[in-house]
Amino acid sequence: MSSRSPKAAVLILLLAGLALLAGKGVAGPVRELRVCADPNNLPFSNQRGEGFENALAEILAREMGATVRYTWWAQRRGFIRNTLRAGTCDIVLGVPSSFELALPTRPYYRSTYVFVYRKDRGISVRSFDDPALRTLRVGVQIIGDDYANTPPAHALASRGIVENVTGYTVYGDYARPNPPARIVEAVARGEVDVAVVWGPLAGYFAPRQGVPLESVPVSPQIDLPFLPQVFDISLGVRRGNDELKTELDGILERRRPEIDALLDRYGVPRA
Amino acid sequence: MHSPEEKSLPGRKGVWLVLVLGLALLLPGCRTRTDAREAGQPSGARSAGIAGARVAASPQQEDGQWLMPAKNYASTRFSALAQINVQNVGSLRPAWTFSTGNVRGHEAAPLVVGGTMYIVTPFPNYLYALDLTKPGAPAKWVYEPPVVNAAQGVACCDVVNRGAAYSDGKIFYNTLDNQTVAVDAATGKEVWRTKVGDINKGESMTMAPLVVKGKVLVGNSGGEFGVRGWLTALDAASGRIAWRAYSTGPDRDVLIGPDFEPFYASDRGRDLGVSSWPLGAWKTGGGTVWGWISYDPELDLIYYGTGNPGPWNPDQRPGDNKWTSGIFARDPDTGQARWFYQWNPHDLHDYDGINENVLLDLDIKGQRRKVLVRPERNGYVYVLDRATGEVLSADPFVYVNSSRGVDLKTGRLRIAPEKETGVGKLVREICPAAPGAKDWQPSAFSPRTGLLYMPHNNLCMDFEGMEANYIAGTPFVGANVKMYPGPGGHRGEFTAWDPATGKARWKIKENFPAWSGALVTAGDVVFYGTMEGWFKAVHARTGQELWKFKTGSGIIGQPITYRGPDGKQYVAVLSGVGGWAGAIVAGDLDPRDATAALGFVNAMADLPQHTTKGGMLYVFALP
Repeated sequence: MSSRSPKAAVLILLLAGLALLAGKGVAGPVRELRVCADPNNLPFSNQRGEGFENALAEILAREMGATVRYTWWAQRRGFIRNTLRAGTCDIVLGVPSSFELALPTRPYYRSTYVFVYRKDRGISVRSFDDPALRTLRVGVQIIGDDYANTPPAHALASRGIVENVTGYTVYGDYARPNPPARIVEAVARGEVDVAVVWGPLAGYFAPRQGVPLESVPVSPQIDLPFLPQVFDISLGVRRGNDELKTELDGILERRRPEIDALLDRYGVPRA
Repeated sequence: MHSPEEKSLPGRKGVWLVLVLGLALLLPGCRTRTDAREAGQPSGARSAGIAGARVAASPQQEDGQWLMPAKNYASTRFSALAQINVQNVGSLRPAWTFSTGNVRGHEAAPLVVGGTMYIVTPFPNYLYALDLTKPGAPAKWVYEPPVVNAAQGVACCDVVNRGAAYSDGKIFYNTLDNQTVAVDAATGKEVWRTKVGDINKGESMTMAPLVVKGKVLVGNSGGEFGVRGWLTALDAASGRIAWRAYSTGPDRDVLIGPDFEPFYASDRGRDLGVSSWPLGAWKTGGGTVWGWISYDPELDLIYYGTGNPGPWNPDQRPGDNKWTSGIFARDPDTGQARWFYQWNPHDLHDYDGINENVLLDLDIKGQRRKVLVRPERNGYVYVLDRATGEVLSADPFVYVNSSRGVDLKTGRLRIAPEKETGVGKLVREICPAAPGAKDWQPSAFSPRTGLLYMPHNNLCMDFEGMEANYIAGTPFVGANVKMYPGPGGHRGEFTAWDPATGKARWKIKENFPAWSGALVTAGDVVFYGTMEGWFKAVHARTGQELWKFKTGSGIIGQPITYRGPDGKQYVAVLSGVGGWAGAIVAGDLDPRDATAALGFVNAMADLPQHTTKGGMLYVFALP
C-alpha cells in the first residue's frame, strides 16, 4: 500500500460530499459535523486529513448532509474533558466501546495488539507465553503512572518479563510527526527485536519502514486474570446525546462495507 | 486569658525552638547570622510578660513584606506582625478586592514588595502589579507573557500556578508552557525569558521558584506523561541556565559527585538512578520537581522533593526507582547533591514527594538538632536531621494503613503488603488515597507556639481493577480508582502538630480537603481557606474559630499578611476553586464519572453544590 491512496480516497470522498451538498441546493443552513481530533496522530487522524478517522468523518458527514468542522486537540489525558465536555465538538472518532467518559456508538471495528518484528531476524513470536520473550529485546507502548498502562505492558510484567523490556511512551515527542510511531521505527532500526503495538498503528507503519516487518496478533486475546488485548472501537458522543448516537449507529450500519474497505486500505488488523 | 494556653507550650517540656529565618539575611540591616538568630523567638514560655516582650521585639526584624510564597527560606509562613491578634481578629473585614478575570484554580501566594502587590494568575499566567499606596489598590500594570495554548493539554490536573518570587528588583515566575520569566518589579517590563522545558515532551511548570544566591531555582511537572524530572538553576541577572540536576539517570546527570553522603546505605552506590530501574526506564522515570524548595544559609544547602516514578506501573519497574519520591539536599552554587532520602522507595500509590520542607532548630531528647520537618503525602510527619538526612522520627498524622511506619534503622518505609495494588487486583480501603494525607498545600510554623499548622486531606481509596481507556489511539486498561472520605466521614482536616513530640495538639475537621496554604502570625492567629470559600481565622493555641468570611469561590490559594504603606496590617488570599481536588468545578468534570480527575471526582461530587468558579483576590484589615 502506498501512502498516497488514503489521501486520494479522502479527496474522492470530499468531492462526493460536495457534489451531494451541491445537489441539495443552497437553501437552508448547511449542517455541521463538529469533530474533535488529534492533529498529529496517524493512522488515526492528522491536520492534513490523512488518517482513516478523517476519512470516516467524511463518510459520516456525507450521510448526514453535513460538512466536517474540526477542533484539533492532542489526544492525551484530558482530551474528552477539553473537547466533548467543553462543547467544542459533538463527536470523537475513536473510543473503546466500554468507555465511560463519553457515550459510545456501536463498534465500527475490533482490533488487537500485535507482535511486530523484522522478517530477517528468524523470530516467530505469537504468544506472551513464548519463552523467547525472556531473552529478546522487547519494546512495548506505555501510558502513564496512575495505575494505568497498555495491556501488553501488564501481560509482560505479570510474567516477570521486565528487565529486557523497553517502554515507548505513546505521548512521545509531539514536535515530531505521529509520536506513537517511534516504536515501529525502533523495530525496523533493530533497537528492539520485537515490539507489542496496537494493531492499527502497526498495520499502517510497519509497511512503511525500509525493511520488511511481520505483524502477528498477540495471544491469548484475553490474558488472565482478565486483561483483554482486543478492543472494540466506537465513535463517541457526549453523554446524553442519544439522538446523535442513534443517527451515527444507523450510518455505521448502512455504510459498513465502505468503512470496512477504508480500514482495509489502512491495514487495520481486525480481530 | 493567655495562661491556660501557655501551659501547653513546648517550653514547659524543655523543648527549645529557634527559627531559621533565612529571610532576615535578605534584608538590609539584617545581614548577620546573629541577627537572623535573634529574629527567631524562642518559644519556651516563662511568663506572659516575657512572651509579650518577645512579640514586641519581633516587628523590628519584620519588615512587613512578603517576598516569596513561603515568606522565608525556612518556609515557615510566619509573620511577626501582630496588629491583628486573637482579641481583635473578630472584627476583620474586607478592605478591597481584585478580580483576576480567570476562572481556573488559583493556588498562588500574592507577594508584597514595598508599596506594590504582585499576583500571578493560572494559565495564561498574567502578572498583575497592584498599587497599595492608592485607595482600592488599582492595577499599575499587567505583564502578559507569550504562552502557547497547547500547554493546557499537558497540564495533568488543572492549569494552576503556585506563585512568584521577588529578588533584586525583579519578579520571577514560571509559565505553564515551561518558560521562566524575570519581570522588572517597578515597570512590568520583561527582563529575560528562558524556555527551560518542552510541552511536546509532556513537560509543564506550575511551581513557584526560589531565588538563592543569585540563582532562580525551578522544576518541572508532568510525571504522568513520562517526563524526566529536574531542578534547574538560572542566573537571576541573565536568565542563563547555570546547572540542571535530573531526578533519574546516571550520577553525572543527577549531579551526584564526591560530596554526596547520603545517611542510609540504600542510597549509596554508583549510578543508582540507572540501576534501580529496568533497562532504560529511568529515561521516562518521572521524579518531577513541582513542589517546594527551602534553603538553609548556614549549611548552604537547598532542599526539595521529587515526584513519584512514572510512567510504568509498580510491577513493571522493580527496584527502588531512584531518585523519585524522595528529597535532595544540594549545594545551590553547583547543584551538587549532598544527601538524599527516599520517602517512598518503589512507590506504589502515586505518593509524590514534593511537599514543603520547614527548617527548624529543635531540641530532641535534650539535644539541639537542625531539622527539616516534612508532612508527607504517605501520612507521616518526618523530622530529618537536615545536615545529614537522618530520619529522627516519622509519626502518622492521619489514619494510615498503606504502610506500617518507618524503620528508623534503615530509614525504610514498611509497606503493608495487603494494600499493594496491581492489575486485575481489587484492593479496598487504601489510606491515604493518591493525593495523599497531604498534597502540595503548604503548612505554617509559629516559633511562639512551636506548632506546625497543616491543611490536609482525610481520604481513602478503592483500587478496583480495570476499565478501558484510550489515549493517542492506544486502548489501555486504567484502574478504577475511587476516593472517599477517610475515618470520621470528613474529607479534610486542619491540624496543629507538635514536631518535637510527634503529636497533634488540635484538629479541625473540614467537609472538603483543606487545599489552601496556611499562615500564622505573632498575633497567634492562623489563617486558612476552605473549598467552600470560607476564609478562616483560628486561635493558634487552641484551634478555636475566631472569624470567618465567605469568599466568592473555593479557596486553594496561599494566604499572606503584610504591613501596608499606611502602617496597617493586612491579610490577603486568592479565592478561585480548582486544582486537582477542585477540578470538578474548575474543569466542569462530570460528577457521574467517578474516575474522572484520577478518581478524585468520586470524593468531590457535591463540590459544585457548594461553590462556583471565579478568581478574586480578597484583602482584609481591621476597621
